[in-house]
This record gives sequence, structure tokens and C-alpha cells, in this order.
Amino acid sequence: METIADFEVQYSQFLSPEGKPSADIPALATDTEKLLDMYRLMTETRVFDTKAINLQRTGKLGTYASCLGHEAAHVGIAAAMRPDDVLAPSYREYGAMLCRGVTMAEILLYWGGDERGSDYAGPRNDFPLCVPIATQCLHAAGAAMAFQLRGEDRCAISINGDGGTSEGAFYEAMNVAGARNLPVVFMVVNNKWAISVPIEMQTATKTLAQKAVAAGIPGIQVDGNDIIAVRHWVERALQRARNGEGACLIEAVTYRLSDHTTADDSSRYRKKEEVEAARTVEPLIRIRQYLTDLGIWDEQKEAALLDEAAAKVDAAVEQYLHTPKPDIESMFDHMYAQWPEQLEEQRQHAIRYGSTDGGSHG
Amino acid sequence: MPLKTFRQAINDTLVQEMQRDVRVILIGEDIAGGTGCEGDGDAWGGPLGVTKGLISEFGPDRVLDTPISEAAFMGAAVGAAMNGLRPVVDLMFNDFVSVCFDQVCNQAAKCHYMYGGQNSVPMTIRANTGAGISTAAQHSQSLHPVFSFFPGLKVVVPTSPYEAKGLLTTAIRDDDPVIFLETKLLYDMEEDVPDESYEIPFGEANILREGGDVTIVAVGRMVHVATEASAALARKGIECEIIDPRTTSPLDTETILESVEETGRLVIVDETTPRCNFATDVSAMVAQEGFAFLKAPIRMVTAPHTPIPFAPNLEQLYMPDPAKVSAAVQQVVGYQG
Ligand SMILES: Cc1ncc(C[n+]2csc(CCOP(=O)(O)OP(=O)(O)O)c2C)c(N)n1
Ligand SMILES: [Mg+2]
Repeated sequence: METIADFEVQYSQFLSPEGKPSADIPALATDTEKLLDMYRLMTETRVFDTKAINLQRTGKLGTYASCLGHEAAHVGIAAAMRPDDVLAPSYREYGAMLCRGVTMAEILLYWGGDERGSDYAGPRNDFPLCVPIATQCLHAAGAAMAFQLRGEDRCAISINGDGGTSEGAFYEAMNVAGARNLPVVFMVVNNKWAISVPIEMQTATKTLAQKAVAAGIPGIQVDGNDIIAVRHWVERALQRARNGEGACLIEAVTYRLSDHTTADDSSRYRKKEEVEAARTVEPLIRIRQYLTDLGIWDEQKEAALLDEAAAKVDAAVEQYLHTPKPDIESMFDHMYAQWPEQLEEQRQHAIRYGSTDGGSHG
Repeated sequence: MPLKTFRQAINDTLVQEMQRDVRVILIGEDIAGGTGCEGDGDAWGGPLGVTKGLISEFGPDRVLDTPISEAAFMGAAVGAAMNGLRPVVDLMFNDFVSVCFDQVCNQAAKCHYMYGGQNSVPMTIRANTGAGISTAAQHSQSLHPVFSFFPGLKVVVPTSPYEAKGLLTTAIRDDDPVIFLETKLLYDMEEDVPDESYEIPFGEANILREGGDVTIVAVGRMVHVATEASAALARKGIECEIIDPRTTSPLDTETILESVEETGRLVIVDETTPRCNFATDVSAMVAQEGFAFLKAPIRMVTAPHTPIPFAPNLEQLYMPDPAKVSAAVQQVVGYQG
């Protein structure tokens, strides 16, 4: 017998949990402007997230999926993208969405039960939040196929969770991307849990990155709490794709510090000690320490940033709460791009029936 | 008789059937909760709490938490069912059939037939159904008409805790694939439910209220909407007969026709889009078999032909309610030809 194929999986981290750089840091790690921008966004994302949970608790928002602990992974992915690339997220990647130009008010509108929240004023070509698991990986592959066909210098990125890697759609997307050499990056944000199912029960593979091997595309695992590692490797992957070298998979390892959603209580199925341990390696601590050590961050700046973020979030909340609830016509107006006249009668009927003022989200 | 919720009645039935028959296993996503890790595996029971405590009682060999691979666990259940087990599959939202449609509608439904009757597929697929808790367009559909389309499947839509227990017992003991649809808004409904197990046969409708003016056929929670409407209508002197078919496949056409023969009027209430649904199905059957009984055109009360809105205010308008049923009933009663 001879070995006719083998594989290895690389792991990358540039910043330790204490914020200490490893020897071979990339250029990004010394680009203070980029670092500060990313840190600001991570902080804003966290302030936003905390507020959204509070809104849900006080009945002003529907069920909400928190992103606590995922800030580096999410912001790092989007920060590596060009504006005309396309993002296909799942449902908790607010850091990435905000970085792409989606507004906080739009995200609140979505979770307030209003599809107009997915009609982004900013990144018009990004896909909306996607709750059906892993289906967005296929959409990203399809977007990449369109870019390839038209010879455009654009890439697509999908983001799904560890649980999502068990879906057929995830494998099929990678396989088609490999077979057709598509300019797409599959991001897996491994936060160790899929609702109540721990990663050990989700799969027998040692890494999720190695799921790329069978599709014939490269896979790498990075520390998802290290924003420098995430952004660096996503940039590299996008560069490859733009050079016509095809798709790849990046697994960003992090931890879901929150419940699955506000409808969940994770204390019923996971240990407090596990969550506490994860809290000590969460992503904001290390980048803040690193910036402080570089001499470009201090407590005063931190306090000012938090104030600014709070004001921004408050303004978004106001905007959300004052948005009138959708009217009954929206049910019909957004159903088809080309309205079949045959449905006009039921539309008119519904308008007569439900034309009461629904008030605002507040 | 103890008072039990719909959720508890289903949980009780699963326990009793698993105790009674070692071939019964449960399989699905998030039904055990932290099994295999050190969390409290007992305290969960899935997003809707229905399978709570079962992992503790029956262990991880019979309560299988799976990866997020609907085609895998559905297909595995089909294979296991043809090899001596009686799996009860938890699909969570009925909408997720879209990612395992082949296994349910092209495999489970047809295996017995295509193997020349050699293998049966004794499995039960439990899934929640319906709108009302703002879970948006992809997690709120009522898909009983879709399942009823497929010969080989049996489709159950229970309307109360008592009904749920008897019908689920029958489903698990049945030798064919059964789709058991649990309406989200019924999980907290309470009713007296016997502790001992009992079966309610498939294809035998339940007449919930007798009345001579109009027959109302309703499925799932719509039965309660119709009941509420009928109370108000009775005060106006209109007596409704309310029929719950219990199973949309097989369908008890006889009970429906007999009732329409008495009342001469038919209203059907179905929380689905208006085309190709349970209401159109019953309507067509009565138009064909009971035309001579009808004194007025049949009326259907359904949702509009749109996706289910996420917005709670629109979702309320979307679903049939007692006012809409009442209006339809008054229309057929007042019909002048
Ligand atoms: C096709 C499908 N199956 C099941 C679900 C129910 N569900 C919603 S979120 C979730 C867990 C996903 O876990 P993971 O992919 O790790 O993402 P995370 O929530 O951790 O970000 C499940 C099972 C769904 N939405 N869609
Ligand atoms: Mg996860």
C-alpha cells in the first residue's frame, strides 16, 4: 500500500488571550488605524448587543440571537472584504453586518418582526439574515458563480456555525465551489454549541477546517477570538479567490458566551465553569490590551468610546421604536417582483379588512 | 382525570410507548440537551420543551440527539424502521421537511409500495406547525396539505391534549409512516387526560358540536376558532355543527357528507394559504359527492396567498379568526340563490 493523499490542518493565532503578539505578526498588526477601526466596531457591536437583549426583555423586540463573544470573528471577516463583495450571513453576525454598512436600526427592525429591516440602505447586494441552517452557503456559491461568469473582480463569503457544517447544503456548496473553482470563502464560526448540542456531538472530526479536504479546497483553523488572525486569513483567502485560485474554508474558533437566543436558557444544558473559562479568553480583552501596549489606547479613550457607542445605539433604538409597523399591503407588495394581476382581488380584500393603523414598534 | 397540557400529554405518550415497546426510539435535533457533555441533560426537552426528561429515563441509546442533518436522521429513521425499530422522529418545525423532503415524501411514503409490500416503514414524524408566535415565514407554515398530497403517508393534526395522546399512541403503533403535526399555539392548552394509554383510530372524525344550520369542518387549532365563532353565532340563532377530521389523510369523508346532508351548508376553516389545501380538498369532495345536499355555495376561510408575516400585527390579521369564520357562516346562511 502507498499513501496517495494526505492532509494537514494549520492553526493560526497572532494575539494570545493576554494580548501578547506572537513572533511573526502580519503587517495588519502594526496598522494602527485599521486596528482602532476594528476595535471601535467590536465595542459598538457589544454595546448594541447588550441593548438589544434588554429591548427583548422589556417586550420591545422579538426573540433575539446574541453575538456576545463573536465580535472578533464577525468584524474580522467583514473588515477583510471589499464593498462590492457579497456577504451571506446566518443570523447573529451583527459585527460583520455593521462593518458592511447595515445600520443598527435595520437589525432591530428585523428582530422586531419587520422584513423591511433586511432591505439595507447600505450593502444592497448582501444577503439578509438566514435562519434555515447552512442554506446561505449555496447562495454564496451562486453569487460567486455569477461573478465568475461575468468576469467580475468580486468574491462572496458565507458564514455559518459549527452546527451548520452537518448540513448537506454546506458540503454541497463546498463541493460545487471546488469543482467550479468559484471565488467564494466559506467561514465557519465554531462557537462550540448548536443550541443545546455541543460540538463533540455534532461531528467526529478533530477540526471543522478539515471538512474542506473532501471538497478539494484548502481549509485552515484560526483563533476566532483574535481579530488579527481572522482578518489576515480572510484577506489571504479573498486574494486567492480574486487570483482565480478558487474557494477555501476558514474555521474561526470562538465561544457562544450568550444563550442561543433570548428564548433559550443555556444554564439548563451547559456548565457555568465552561462559560466562565471562555469569558477569560473573549476577544475584546486581548485587542484592548494589545492596543494599550502599543500606546494608542487608554482608559479615557475607552470611556469616550463607550459613551459614543451608547449614544449611537440609543439613536438607533429611537429610530427603530418610531418606525411605523408594516402595513398589510407589504404582505402583498413584497411577495413577487412581477405582481400577478390575478391576485389583485385578494390584495384589495385584505386592505379593506386590515387597514387599521398598526402603530409603531414602540 | 388529571389536567394536562398538550405538551405534557405528548411527553406522557412518548414515555408510555417507549416503556411498552423497546423498538420505539426518539431521534432528532436538540431533544436531549447537553447529552454527552456534563450539562444537565434532563432539564431541556428541546426548544418547545416536549421531550423533557426522556433522556434521563431512557438514556442516549433510545433518545438520540443528532447533528443538524435532517436528511440524515430522517433517512436513518426510514432505514431503521425497515429493520425492526419504530422511530419517532422530531423534526422541530414542520417547515424543515424542505431539507429532508426526499426521505419523507419520496422514500418513507413509497418504500412499502415500491418494495412490493415487502417492507413496512413504521415511523412517526412529529413536528410543530402553524403561525402565531412570530417565527416568520420559514418557521410558521401549516404543511398538512403538503403531506396529505402523498399516498403512503398518514397525516394527523390533533386539536387538544386528550386527542393528542390518543392519536399519538395510534401513530406510534401504526405500521406506516405517520406525520403528527403539533400546533404551536396549542402546547399550553390544558384538558383532562387519562393516565392510562388509549388509541384514537385514524380516519374517524370527531363531531365537537352538533347543529343543524351549517357544517364547519376545521383542522387543528382552527377547530377552536370555529367553536368560538359558533358560540357567538348561536346567540344569533345559528347552530353550527363542528367537525374535526383528526386526520387529513386518511380522511373521514362519510362523517362530513352526512353532516352536510343534514345542514345543507358548509364552511371549511384552514390556517393555510387558499390554494391546494385541506379546505379545497374537502370542498372538492363535497361538491362532487354531496352537490345535491347544498343549499348555498361552500365557503373556505383560510389565510391569504402570501408568506406568513414576521410582524405580530400582520400575523394576527393573516390567520383565520372567529370574526372571519362568523362572517363566512352568516354568508352561507343568508344565501338567497
Ligand atoms: C434546516 C434547519 N434545521 C434546524 C434549525 C433549527 N436551528 C436554529 S439555530 C440551530 C443551531 C445552529 O447552530 P450553529 O450552526 O452552530 O450556529 P450558532 O447558533 O451556534 O451560531 C438550529 C438547530 C434551522 N433553523 N434550520
Ligand atoms: Mg454554534
